[in-house]
Amino acid sequence: MSEPVLRLVGISKRFPGVLANDNVDFELAPGEIHALLGENGAGKTTLMNVVYGLYKQDEGQIFIDGRQVEIHDPNDALARGIGMVHQHFMLVPVMTVTENMMLGHETTRGLRLGLLSDLDPDRVAEEIKALGDKHGLSIDPEAYVRDLSVGEEQRVEIVKALYRGAEVLILDEPTAVLTPQEAEDLFSIMRSLIAEGKSIIFITHKLKEVLVIADRITVLRDGRVVGTTEPSKTTEAELAAMMVGREVILQVEKGPAAPGEAVLEVQDLQVRDLREQMAIRGVSFTVRAGEIFGIAGVQGNGQAELVEALTGLTPVEGGHIFMNGQETTHLRPRAITETGIAHVPEDRHKHGLVLVYPLDENLVLQTYYLPPFAKRTFLQPKEVRENAIRLIQEFDVRTPSVRTHAGSLSGGNQQKVIVARELSRDIRLLIANQPTRGLDVGSIEFIHRRIVEKRDEGVGVLLVSSELDEILGLSDRIAVMYAGEILAVMPAEEATKERLGLLMAGVREAPDSIAAD
Amino acid sequence: MDSVFFSGLFFLALVKATPIAFGAMAGLMSERSGVINIAIEGMMLTGAMMAFLGSVIFNDLTGGTLPKIYSLLAGLIVAMISAALVALLHAVFSIHYKVDQIISGTVINLLSVGVTNFVANAYIDPRGLAGVGVFPVINIPILSEIPLIGRIFFSHQPLVYLMLIMVAVLQYALFKTPWGLRTRAVGEHPRAADTVGINVNRRRYINVTLGGALAGIGGAFLVLESVGRFQKLMTTGRGFIALAALIFGKWTSVGALGSALLFGFAEALGVRLQLGDVNELQALALLAGIGIIVLAGAWAVLKLIRRGADQRRNRTIGILASAGLASIAAALLFDWPSVEIPIQFLGLMPYIATVLVLAGFVGRAIPPAAIGKPYEKA
Ligand SMILES: Nc1ncnc2c1ncn2[C@@H]1O[C@H](COP(=O)(O)OP(=O)(O)OP(=O)(O)O)[C@@H](O)[C@H]1O
Ligand SMILES: [Mg+2]
Repeated sequence: MSEPVLRLVGISKRFPGVLANDNVDFELAPGEIHALLGENGAGKTTLMNVVYGLYKQDEGQIFIDGRQVEIHDPNDALARGIGMVHQHFMLVPVMTVTENMMLGHETTRGLRLGLLSDLDPDRVAEEIKALGDKHGLSIDPEAYVRDLSVGEEQRVEIVKALYRGAEVLILDEPTAVLTPQEAEDLFSIMRSLIAEGKSIIFITHKLKEVLVIADRITVLRDGRVVGTTEPSKTTEAELAAMMVGREVILQVEKGPAAPGEAVLEVQDLQVRDLREQMAIRGVSFTVRAGEIFGIAGVQGNGQAELVEALTGLTPVEGGHIFMNGQETTHLRPRAITETGIAHVPEDRHKHGLVLVYPLDENLVLQTYYLPPFAKRTFLQPKEVRENAIRLIQEFDVRTPSVRTHAGSLSGGNQQKVIVARELSRDIRLLIANQPTRGLDVGSIEFIHRRIVEKRDEGVGVLLVSSELDEILGLSDRIAVMYAGEILAVMPAEEATKERLGLLMAGVREAPDSIAAD
Repeated sequence: MDSVFFSGLFFLALVKATPIAFGAMAGLMSERSGVINIAIEGMMLTGAMMAFLGSVIFNDLTGGTLPKIYSLLAGLIVAMISAALVALLHAVFSIHYKVDQIISGTVINLLSVGVTNFVANAYIDPRGLAGVGVFPVINIPILSEIPLIGRIFFSHQPLVYLMLIMVAVLQYALFKTPWGLRTRAVGEHPRAADTVGINVNRRRYINVTLGGALAGIGGAFLVLESVGRFQKLMTTGRGFIALAALIFGKWTSVGALGSALLFGFAEALGVRLQLGDVNELQALALLAGIGIIVLAGAWAVLKLIRRGADQRRNRTIGILASAGLASIAAALLFDWPSVEIPIQFLGLMPYIATVLVLAGFVGRAIPPAAIGKPYEKA
């Protein structure tokens, strides 16, 4: 193999209480897609942030094209042809695509007045259009980022990196938020970039993707490199074991469901989205105690609004919602929570956690005002703390302490905190929206097992997911949502990937084949 | 009411709006980059005192040999520098020490009141320092000859023109230059700005400090173009009204000027009322009418931008606009009985206008997303 474009030697990075990277060696060959795998908190993002100049390594050297370099800030990285698409996108929502492209690297026209020169958005728009067309990344330069879908935002991020002259592209969990179709598109874009001589570091938790797209695979665990291998020499199960350090059961084990009375009844529900458009157009379904009711569908077909309406976060336009026999259609979120509802929200930063609060306080967000956590309006820090210690151990949350701010945990560990909080309460209905997004295989296995356990305890589960494997593996009954309607409801045995895929694309079935509810 | 009265009123409104607009621009530079600035009042007060001291001391040092315009300019520059230093203090508190920005602002306001009062008591009053005077009126050739318009816009003292120029420059700079792009990015999503190599904290330091210089001009205006000498607490809350104008103007300098003009108009009317040459009730009806129409207009524009399709709101806007027109018509057509309103109450008018405007609009204005949050690199 020729000289690596990027070589890391003995990189270590320490955070208070955590050794995030421990003497890591890594190589990226030219024209290679090198996948980086590892559990949540294994140190993947940290390692890449060191390469990109956002963090400074405590020890170790970075070589680019064989020469040792010092990377102090992102400018250094960009100047040396390293571009990064971050796990949480780095675009300014209130600006246009063009403005985001220019930011920090502006093209101007007319008088040269330094920072006060006249911006030239037209020329940049042309340039990025051309760049996008070349790689099959269609984007609208005039669009505001806040109006883009996640997939579009990601294309903008990739073009942004290319626009800044990236030769090495780092993609941090690019597929976590994409639909299967969008992920396919991303792979063909990656291949076209490789064909042009660029090199890519690809971080993901989806082992299937790694085997399809990567040339080499490096696995991190607890900040150390466990090994490097190639897709032809390994299997999903082996990779999972390397990541987690034990055998992982990729298939969910569950017995038949024993459905009881209805815990959630939705009748002809109608909801508007933020833009006042009808997002849910008359949806009806029932979830029973002791069953998992899965809602499949491509993201953006009303699932988010459905969950927000059920949990009281969005007003209901029409129809009725009954939980445990009680009408909750227009109740406030706290009143709904108090009827015995747990909610694992889609966006863990916006709705799941208070990022600047420590973990122990995040773990009592719905119960802080009740005994034992409060006595006569006074918070009981000891109880709050003990609760946290117990849950962190039970749910294997990797954190230096219970007083660590939620914002400094890795994405996967943040998700575990939410699941721990929701499942630890006395509940009758669990509403889980994308509960395993961004999680490693070990954590997914763990959370899936917890959800099935809850079902077996007689809790009704409403599972919303765009991950077909998750829906098929967990659900007892499956509904498919498309454009704000439920196109079909079927028992899990009658569902196949193909059938669900067609429904998710909006192809309606002939009336006689729709299974009765 | 005749045209002389109207042009006089609008002329005065522009004058009264000037310090508010300078203050609002100071807030704009700071808040657009993500640093809350409630210390505008303190910066203006410091600027006012230093403008006075600067011009007087410069005049003394040169022994009155130079034309007084040099002393006035010296005062202006001293005001800008000292207010910028006060702003720098706010920046160091908020950015380096990550002190809560509201608290830092409050501390600076209190500090400014204390220091300026002390200097006034210990130095200015005992010596009976007299001011150097004020900037002369500059009539713009030709333009100032235009009837009505010329009187309102083109025969002012220099800082009024400077204010109008700065509003235009800032509006352009904020949306059309690399400086503006970076400033907005830093205020909206500092991490994104960091990942493209922008130094977030440096940008904030520079913006807050330069903004302070603008607030200094606003304070200097009170001395160098209005009263001619320093009085204790002479800003009388204009820094806070500037903040309201900034918010009401949706964090743009043109918007801020618009709302500063509204406040300026209210203040001008208050002044005229206190002079007693206007019928109070008539003036109130006029002000209410104009206020309501501005409100309805702003609302309609907002709605157009958001393309909302709510019929009820359309009706509300219509009703508001007609009520405003009716009020103006009534003001002009009726013969109003004259009533005595206590003078203190009239002086209150601008502040009542502030409260109404804030009550109506603050909920709708969206501040920069990262405002008030110190940037933590990692
Ligand atoms: N800014 C920070 N301050 C303190 N600790 C941090 C910070 N960033 C990361 N960590 C810690 O470093 C470790 C590695 O985190 P990192 O984000 O690199 O994990 P990851 O492999 O990307 O995980 P995930 O798959 O969940 O994104 C974690 O234990 C995390 O809590
Ligand atoms: Mg990560």
